[in-house]
Amino acid sequence: MARRGAGLASRAWATATALIVTVGLAACGGGTGPSANVTSLRVLDYYNNEPDRTVYARMLDACGQQNGVKIEREIVPGANLIAKVLQQASSRTLPDVLMLDNPDLQQIAATGALSPISDFGLSTDGYAEGVVSASTYQGQVFGLQPVTNTIGLFYNETMLAQAGVTPPRTWDELKAAAAKLTSGSRYGVAFSAPANYEGTWQFLPFMWSNGGDEKNLASPEVAQALQLWVDLVNSGSASRSVLNWTQADVNEQFMAGNAAMMVNGPWQFPLLNKTANLKYAVVPIPAPRAGATVVAPLGGETWTIPRTGDKGRQAKAAKIVECLNSDANQLSLGKQRTTVPTKTGLRNQFAAEVPEMKAFTEAVQTARARTGELGADWPKAATKIYTAVQTALTGGATPEQALRQAQNG
Amino acid sequence: MADTHGRGGVTTYRPSNGVARAAAAGPAWWSARRRERLLRLAFLLPAVAYLLAFFGYPVAQNVVMAFQHYTTATFYTGEAPWVGLANYAAVVGSPVFAKALLNTALFTLGSIAGQFVIGLAIAVFFRRQFPLSRVLRSLLLLPWLVPLIVSGAVWRWILDQDNGVLNRFLGALHLVDRPGWLTSTSLALIAVILVNIWIGIPFNTTILYGGLQDIPEELYEAAAMDGATGWRAFRYVTWPLLRPVVNVVLVLGVVYTIKVLDIILGLTGGGPANATQTIATQSYQLSFQQFDFGQGAALGNILIVISLVFALFYLRASRGAVRG
Repeated sequence: MARRGAGLASRAWATATALIVTVGLAACGGGTGPSANVTSLRVLDYYNNEPDRTVYARMLDACGQQNGVKIEREIVPGANLIAKVLQQASSRTLPDVLMLDNPDLQQIAATGALSPISDFGLSTDGYAEGVVSASTYQGQVFGLQPVTNTIGLFYNETMLAQAGVTPPRTWDELKAAAAKLTSGSRYGVAFSAPANYEGTWQFLPFMWSNGGDEKNLASPEVAQALQLWVDLVNSGSASRSVLNWTQADVNEQFMAGNAAMMVNGPWQFPLLNKTANLKYAVVPIPAPRAGATVVAPLGGETWTIPRTGDKGRQAKAAKIVECLNSDANQLSLGKQRTTVPTKTGLRNQFAAEVPEMKAFTEAVQTARARTGELGADWPKAATKIYTAVQTALTGGATPEQALRQAQNG
Repeated sequence: MADTHGRGGVTTYRPSNGVARAAAAGPAWWSARRRERLLRLAFLLPAVAYLLAFFGYPVAQNVVMAFQHYTTATFYTGEAPWVGLANYAAVVGSPVFAKALLNTALFTLGSIAGQFVIGLAIAVFFRRQFPLSRVLRSLLLLPWLVPLIVSGAVWRWILDQDNGVLNRFLGALHLVDRPGWLTSTSLALIAVILVNIWIGIPFNTTILYGGLQDIPEELYEAAAMDGATGWRAFRYVTWPLLRPVVNVVLVLGVVYTIKVLDIILGLTGGGPANATQTIATQSYQLSFQQFDFGQGAALGNILIVISLVFALFYLRASRGAVRG
């Protein structure tokens, strides 16, 4: 009874929204033509900042031209994308090509609103395994991701040279280097541990490299990783403000010279390169022990083909997704957006052409997708992880206790 | 009643009037009254339709949603299995709930107390006319006009532990050693309340200042002749006459404050370690970060019920204000 009521209500809502959208489209003069003659495609993404905005505008237009369609692109702020997609899913007004942040893909694929890419003859042959796992839901692939990124350890070359410190490669080296680099109002290292998924994302390379797993947070491996962060903060090598710093804040501290090293991603390159007198370089996140493999989380966005119900348009949309993922375009996106191509065959060429991306290209080889194990249940685990990190860093509990509380909570 | 009769009587004397024709079927005064009543209802209709569409429907939908397993899939398939009270059991049984409820109460009480006392003091101060008083009074509205996201960002910067303006200032005075306003579990809630007080002062000042304008000047003159000036004038003249307005301000303040979301998200995101987590922020996180819209709605409904209790107080208080 109640179920039917809700169905009716949501259908009424859907109709109302559909009406509004239809009217809006008609007013724009766009309209949806017959499938046999597709002249334009609707694209939705969240690249609202430069350089990404323009890079994708050019590439989408070029891909559209190759396939004889005009691209009608809509850009929304990152925080609003999922709400927008859910609204469109319920009113059946999803775009022809939809960009999703890779950890959100399985959540949206679970709704049934996306088409598997195999329907259009696309495949993930030659793509990095971790990247494919992020775009896979219940055995089927729902998106193709042209480029990926991850986080590494940035260091101020001048400060390290002055202190006679070499870039750390293990946790012990990291602690020693951070302590040595801390002086006056300058911290040795900065990272981001706020009460949101950004904190989880930054903690993952430490947790995963030590053999920790999101399926069981109450393990000694995860606790040791958390202990490392607690030690860095309690020893004064990192500011307690990490509890409230976003990655952008961390970058500002680094640029201002308030931190000699930081954990951050390649999307900070444009800002860092604009900073006068800042000499910096990047190495992979330090490993627990010498010789241990670093497992970093994979970032980046994947391109999907929603079920719009129009076979002709969907086929064209698949062509656009395929075009964005061509070898040439993966390399081009990698260079222009300081990200790493996802086809493993392109790695060597890319590393040779873009030496500043070396550390990230290396880290991506062994990187993992956040949703690879838990899929649509990832958000709950991610919340537990940042809560435990915050509890331990504020001294509310030991890392072991904090993680056990989080696991049971 | 008598008045209605009279008007109805007048209408019947107009020969071309539709009501007069209808009067053939029954007593004239009855039809006229009915017509007027229908007309009144017609005037009410737009407001009722608006309320139903934009307040009734979302609230009803929210109530229903809280009994369903409502996830991202529901948006596409329309399927939301009925789960009874499971969502309520989950959110109330969660270890964060007790803390969030306590934080909500502390946040609301602390904010209201601060906003009201400071707001009242400023309103009383501005009763006196002095040079530039109008300019200053309008400047006071500033916190109200700045978008909350902007004030949140600015306050985060001010309250930063290492390089924040506040800690730099306190450091220069050698008062305390860099308290972690937003990073210490014991200070974060206080810091968030202080910022919210700053935001709420203009609202309190404006309404209370309006109430003060209604108190006749003669009363103060009479009181002064009896020796009541300063504090005593406030205690025996201002306060009793301002009471109805005070009630309204306080109740509205509670209803507004209990659901504050953006300022907490902007400052701490509910952290550190849930130290500033309230029912509102928890509801937001459940719905929009963990995509469990059913549980988010359940928490939202709990908040609505608490607000409703205060809304009833408001209705009584505002009735009192009208009579007063």
